[in-house]
Amino acid sequence: MTKAFPRLLTTLRTGLFGTRTNTLITLATLLLLTQILPPLFRWAVLDATFTGSAEACNRVGACWAFVTAKLRFILFAFYPSDLLWRPALTILLLSAILTASALPGFWGRPLLAAWPFTILACWLLMQGAFTTTPIASNQWGGLPVTLFVWTVCFAAATPIAVLLALARRSTLGGLRTFSVLYIELMRGTPMVGILYVAMLILPMALPDALSLDKMLRAIIMITLFWAAYIAEVIRAGLQAIPSGQNEAATALGLGYWRTQRLVILPQALRIVIPGMVNLAIGFLLATSLLAVIGIFDLLNAARASANDPQWLGFYNEAYLVVAVVYFGICFGASRYSRWLERRFSGGAAAAARKE
Amino acid sequence: MLYRLRAWWGGWPLGQLAFLLALALVGGLFVSNVLGTMARIGILPGFGFLGSSANFEIGESAIAFRAGDTYFKAILAGLLNTLKVSLLGCVLATVLGVVIGVAGLSRNLLLSGLIRWFIEITRNTPLLLQLFFWMAIAKALPAPRQAPALFDTVFLTNRGVYIPSIALEGGPFGLLAALALAGALGAALVLTLRLSGRLTRRNGTAAVVLSAAAILSLLALSGARPVVQAPALAGFNIRGGLNLSPEFAALLTGLVVKFSALIAEIVRAGIQSVGAGQWEAARALGLHDGQIIRLVVLPQALRVITPLTTSSYLDLTKDSSLAVAIGFPDLVSIINTTANTTGQSMEALIILIGSFLAINLALSALMNAYNNRVALRGSTR
Repeated sequence: MTKAFPRLLTTLRTGLFGTRTNTLITLATLLLLTQILPPLFRWAVLDATFTGSAEACNRVGACWAFVTAKLRFILFAFYPSDLLWRPALTILLLSAILTASALPGFWGRPLLAAWPFTILACWLLMQGAFTTTPIASNQWGGLPVTLFVWTVCFAAATPIAVLLALARRSTLGGLRTFSVLYIELMRGTPMVGILYVAMLILPMALPDALSLDKMLRAIIMITLFWAAYIAEVIRAGLQAIPSGQNEAATALGLGYWRTQRLVILPQALRIVIPGMVNLAIGFLLATSLLAVIGIFDLLNAARASANDPQWLGFYNEAYLVVAVVYFGICFGASRYSRWLERRFSGGAAAAARKE
Repeated sequence: MLYRLRAWWGGWPLGQLAFLLALALVGGLFVSNVLGTMARIGILPGFGFLGSSANFEIGESAIAFRAGDTYFKAILAGLLNTLKVSLLGCVLATVLGVVIGVAGLSRNLLLSGLIRWFIEITRNTPLLLQLFFWMAIAKALPAPRQAPALFDTVFLTNRGVYIPSIALEGGPFGLLAALALAGALGAALVLTLRLSGRLTRRNGTAAVVLSAAAILSLLALSGARPVVQAPALAGFNIRGGLNLSPEFAALLTGLVVKFSALIAEIVRAGIQSVGAGQWEAARALGLHDGQIIRLVVLPQALRVITPLTTSSYLDLTKDSSLAVAIGFPDLVSIINTTANTTGQSMEALIILIGSFLAINLALSALMNAYNNRVALRGSTR
């Protein structure tokens, strides 16, 4: 502890003023920072308005009073205000299962079985099924919608992706061709196009007896879309398994499905977990595209909150709030992915040392 | 022949056939439902609507478009807008990404820390949010009269960004074609030399000098001269120069900032993948830093960088479709308008998906060809 401080000082000195060019770079960067930081600080703190109504805000500094007034709307949008415990509980449930899934100690069959039940519970909870006050999905909004669409689509897409990845590597020509065409078609199309299919084509394509609401249609198409991306990551994991594993399983008399289920997939899926987490981060950011088809996800709710005639035009404050939410989740997830990678490679190294 | 087909089709032949048939059946059911709905609302399926006139305006377009022109022309204008913003975005994001990536490797703690934070913030917030942010900034810029001029030539106003443009003054109009021809000739010359493996520094320079001389003599003969048109304040507006609309400027800025952060990460990983031993060995041979980067590090780093950048370019092109959310008339937004005004949503979406697939395939083919050049000789991937 006593030695740590001088060492830090040395690091700082060589890191900032080690050579002549280094000193120059430091000074130039400091000059840049003096141009950026003071105006930002003035906007966010000195000139800011922290309490009061929209009239109290001066348009020169930030209006944090807006955030206190509209935070409920940004987080839950048009959900009836006397029933907010439902979306709040949904957020809690989803956070709980996501946290459990992130901890390797929980990985196993019970967790896998808990997933469909949690999703179903959230769906019923948001809908207010079996109660006297059902809420249609076009009134849902904010953070619960973002989290719900994200987790449901990712969870539903993964099993499809496993099948697609297996088909792409199988010896069956017909299935292989189908899988390749499907994956390339989905990966070549922008997500906005997929959402338009959900909006415009799906209602026409489904038989009249089966009319789905917009949220469900979006969830179906996003699931099919993400499955192609996840399949490519899983395929990379399958390719990393040495062919000896396959041959050994065949020699033991295991059939195709038992080989995949007991030997190949447990190893392959383990390898691709960090990659899947990175993919999930990208997907969370992509859920913001739901705004394009008029679903009030977190970002769209923030935009709508600054369209309120009483609080017109405080877009910067609204965007800053949701940026912090997105950043918090994604930054945390990317740190987690790195930790997991280190843990896995550490485990492999430890296993190698034991041998 | 039949044997090879059987081998390709593999085992479980009837099961596969049944699966594919079931898929075709479901697909057929969907299509017949769509056709039924269209017949009920009285819309004729097919691409005939492309020839009828589109009664909407397009904010900005590379080809002249007026309300009343055909839908085909409207969609073409949208496609050109998408290509324009994607191409510019790829080039600028690469330049900025390489600069940021290299600067992030600096041993200066302040600079590398600052870049670390820039990358984390841009990577971990949605692109759409960043586009909304840039759009809000573009709208909050001062009116042309109060707008500050950067270096007296670049104006940032709430009516868009004004930058200087280069135009040819005087001379016949066909000159442009002649210029393009001369340039293409030079490029073709270099390419043939390159492909036949006879490109050396000497004849490469000769080819460039020759085509430059051709261009200059053409210019001199026709009496045309290039003129830089700087935008300048005239009354309440700014005249001259090139005007980028607020939507285009916001979209381009958003795409470039987001993807420069992604490319910076790729560049950093690529350069770090070259072992320290390579640097030391190159120094021991007496090469200086610039030579080490150009001759030793970059050729090896490019093998890591190229395939990853390719997928970044593809993502950028697809993400340019977010233009629809901020009102830039790209392909997706025109397709959306077309689908809404004609009711031909299936055909419109087929055009949309087909166009993006074509762009993607072309871009990956191009980048794969480049990748084959930089890849390790004898390695198969």
